[in-house]
Amino acid sequence: MTPMVEATGIHKSFGRTEVLRGIDLVVEPGEVCCIIGPSGSGKSTLLRCVNHLERIDAGRMRVDGSLVGYRESGGKLHELRESEVARQRRDIGMVFQRFNLFPHMTAAENVMEAPRTVLGRSRSAARKEADALLDRVGLAARRDAYPGQLSGGQQQRVAIARALAMQPRLMLFDEPTSALDPELVGEVLDVMRGLAADGMTMLVVTHEMGFAREVGDSLVFMDEGVIVESGVPRDVLSAPRHERTRSFLSKVL
Amino acid sequence: MTDRPGAEPAGRERQEIRAVPVRHPGRWVAVAVLAVLAAMLVHTVLTNERFGWDVVGNYLFSAPILNGLRNTLVLTVLSMAIGIVGGVGLAVMRQSPNPVVSGAAATYIWLFRGTPLIAQLLFWNFLAALYPRLSLGVPFGPEFISVDTNVLITQFAACLLGLGLNEAAYMAEIVRGGMLSVDRGQAEAAGALGMTRSQTMRRIVLPQAMRVIVPPTGNETISMLKTTSLVVVIGYFELLTSAQRISNQNFQVIPLLIVAAFWYLVLTSLLTIGQGFVERRFGRGFVPDRPGSRLLSRAVNT
Ligand SMILES: Nc1ncnc2c1ncn2[C@@H]1O[C@H](COP(=O)(O)OP(=O)(O)OP(=O)(O)O)[C@@H](O)[C@H]1O
Ligand SMILES: [Mg+2]
Repeated sequence: MTPMVEATGIHKSFGRTEVLRGIDLVVEPGEVCCIIGPSGSGKSTLLRCVNHLERIDAGRMRVDGSLVGYRESGGKLHELRESEVARQRRDIGMVFQRFNLFPHMTAAENVMEAPRTVLGRSRSAARKEADALLDRVGLAARRDAYPGQLSGGQQQRVAIARALAMQPRLMLFDEPTSALDPELVGEVLDVMRGLAADGMTMLVVTHEMGFAREVGDSLVFMDEGVIVESGVPRDVLSAPRHERTRSFLSKVL
Repeated sequence: MTDRPGAEPAGRERQEIRAVPVRHPGRWVAVAVLAVLAAMLVHTVLTNERFGWDVVGNYLFSAPILNGLRNTLVLTVLSMAIGIVGGVGLAVMRQSPNPVVSGAAATYIWLFRGTPLIAQLLFWNFLAALYPRLSLGVPFGPEFISVDTNVLITQFAACLLGLGLNEAAYMAEIVRGGMLSVDRGQAEAAGALGMTRSQTMRRIVLPQAMRVIVPPTGNETISMLKTTSLVVVIGYFELLTSAQRISNQNFQVIPLLIVAAFWYLVLTSLLTIGQGFVERRFGRGFVPDRPGSRLLSRAVNT
């Protein structure tokens, strides 16, 4: 079976600072992979390389078997055109720490936007799908609310529904609950738990160790641009093999 | 608060607030002073015969004034249309990752903001002196169409080119400022959904930028109403020119200025009302349509 995500030797620098220094990572279809690590360790950057929001400097990033951002032919790499990159991104949903909902559109319009403009769905078909998705995240009643009228937890659930509307094969979550008040974290994690149960492949940067232990199939600990250790969440969390993992966990647990 | 059960500890009386409001004696003084000044103004305006209200009445709806008014309107609407369309195009070009494209836009803005509008109007009007014929074809190769410049660039067309192309340079900076005001996360979210750059621009960035773009565009339009009077330098006419032509003959300078001012104020009022509608349209999602949601939306959207 082709892995859903296959990153080999990923390097990425911003100016002089090398943020990713040789990342190897494999995520199988249906797997929930959680990434933890201290601030600035490059977790967000790695996630953004998966859907080519950041361009990698070295290595190969493959999603569902095909290179991200490039095409290989005749032993040479060819940069993909902007429209081809956009096409690749349809299959990769992304959820941001700060939601990034479109504030000038209602919840339903947010969910309908990409199916309408990218896939050319009819208004009524998109509306029907949006209603079903909002129902799935428990927000059918707030379909006509603008993001500014929703709580953080509700906004993040709309953002998840918006990403799901493109029927992605892979979902990227970048600290989806970090901007939320503690009492709102649970409702978002519940939605993510449901997604995992439905077999969605998920790459989740999170500080929610409980979620990682319960829902995650694998856990990756990153520090200073490298993967220090990875494995089954229970093992990594209860018996970390590396000193750096141990000291990080002792601070967050 | 009052109807929340249990909000008040049992056995204790609600202590209503019945305070004496703060007095504002300064306000009453200000009202009195302004009222006296206003009365004086009305008195002199009505009693000073040199205002010539009868002349104002005679000319307010006269044919030459209404013709000038029509030209002012047509020039303003068309120049602003050119300015807005051109401005959006230039702003998008300036944001382009292609350095040739963004450089071209920057040069245009530099040139058209950096030279006087009067000079630009004169330039377009006397284009025929530079190029007696305008033609379309391959450089150094065959020509497909060729026309007499004086036929193509009428006086009216020169007015539109001068006003519109100049306005586009200013509008470009207004639009660019609006686009910069939109959080970068918006374009990233759209990109992550598989939208192309142009779809993102059209559907996500520009509609949000409009909130910031509309007020200064209203300013520009109101300013354009009056700037159109510069077309007199190339012999065209509009409201102010018409008024001046009349007063040059009958020497009733003040009444005709009042006539022109009256119409400018009418147009400005209409524009202000229209701007309110447009602002509400693009404020959707930002303007609270529910009391109490303002704080929330502000907290979330900053
Ligand atoms: N666009 C950028 N330009 C320059 N430096 C950047 C950029 N994006 C990230 N960095 C730097 O790269 C490093 C890694 O950033 P990244 O956001 O990936 O960390 P992170 O692990 O997600 O941290 P956090 O937990 O705080 O979100 C940081 O030092 C950051 O300052
Ligand atoms: Mg991060």
